[in-house]
Amino acid sequence: MRSFSLADFLSLFSALQWTAVLVVIALAFGGPLALGLALMRTSASRALRWIAIGFLQLVQGVPLLGLLMFFYFGMPVFLGVEISPLVAVGIAMTVYTASFLGEIWRGGIEAVKHEQWEAAACLGLSGWHQFRYVIAPQAFRMALPPTVGFLVQLIKGTSLASIVGFVELARAGQLVSAATFQPLLVYSIVAAIYFAACLPLTLWARSLEARLNGAR
Amino acid sequence: MQTLNFQQLWRYQDQLIDGTLHTLLLTLVAAVIGTAIGVTAASAVRSGPRPVRWAIRGYVELIRNTPSLIQLFVVFFVLPGFGLRMDAFEAAAIALGLYFGAYCTEIVRAGLESIPGSQVEAGQCLGLSRWQVFRHIVLPPALRSVYPAFTSQFVLLLLGTSLASQISAEELFHTGGFIETRTYRSFEVYAVICGIYFALVMIFKLLFAAVGHLAFRWPVRR
Repeated sequence: MRSFSLADFLSLFSALQWTAVLVVIALAFGGPLALGLALMRTSASRALRWIAIGFLQLVQGVPLLGLLMFFYFGMPVFLGVEISPLVAVGIAMTVYTASFLGEIWRGGIEAVKHEQWEAAACLGLSGWHQFRYVIAPQAFRMALPPTVGFLVQLIKGTSLASIVGFVELARAGQLVSAATFQPLLVYSIVAAIYFAACLPLTLWARSLEARLNGAR
Repeated sequence: MQTLNFQQLWRYQDQLIDGTLHTLLLTLVAAVIGTAIGVTAASAVRSGPRPVRWAIRGYVELIRNTPSLIQLFVVFFVLPGFGLRMDAFEAAAIALGLYFGAYCTEIVRAGLESIPGSQVEAGQCLGLSRWQVFRHIVLPPALRSVYPAFTSQFVLLLLGTSLASQISAEELFHTGGFIETRTYRSFEVYAVICGIYFALVMIFKLLFAAVGHLAFRWPVRR
């Protein structure tokens, strides 16, 4: 047993970079998937819509902790290879991000009036160009505040990676707490670090929302 | 490629049912605590003195910008420090109640703000008492507009109770860990656990949709 020192504080801070790595992985892989899901959900094909709805309901009907365990123990079963916690957590966070961002972006796309698609079609634009140049810029504006809001959920969600032994901020907190026997102090500092990372995003999301409402 | 084997899990039916019931109980207790906090805090934010309003804003932002898992740890380690002895389940109920309360405060506040002030003034002009204005003019449309956000937050709470397993409160996810250590069928165990959560979520979604339809004619068809 030893007392909480500056070195412990620094180890918490350096663990924050792994939290950031998880967020980047989730966005890099989950973002494109989310766009695909949002387009499937708003497409004319009933089959595509139902596949997307099924995926979203399934992922959103299971705790993030369950997703983590599912992929952590499931990948060896499916693929026959052991995988590192980073890969397992990365896949789970990607699936989680895709489902929630997919729904947020679908909302943005649906908020654009249907006549806009028709007007773009009248101009002779192809389906993808209608989306890319007419719908997406408007949908992006609507979806930006909740997307920033979801980032906060994502940062908080990475704390669950601690449970499969991935050393990010929350896990580092557990390790330091176990070494110093000062759980209250350590977890308060961990909470403060998360708070400092998330609050600016929350405030940003709120100001974006206010600006969007003002513009309407 | 490993082979799947769900056979051994049958023996643990009783534990699974018990875990499911504990999860439901934890969800309901946290929802009741949280709703009480939400309604009180949202009314205080509207009409309370300034320090109270600041305190509530601080509470809401603190909870919304820190992970639930860390909140559980903090509550679990704080309360004994104040001489409050309690088991993991009670600590989890308090932590999750505080968590749900923060989101509930925002939801209720938004619901109350959706009622135009002119309607309240119109009610007062008719000679209605403060309570009557609240009961007949503010409450029905506020409940209606709050309902969808409240139900989706409730589902997130139900899923969020899984975190209580990390302070060893004996709910469904904790049951998963228990069975896992006895059978070593990790994947099968968590697949079944996920399946139960999914079933619970679907049941609640259908239930909320039915109640919303009967009570509020929700969703409104445009």
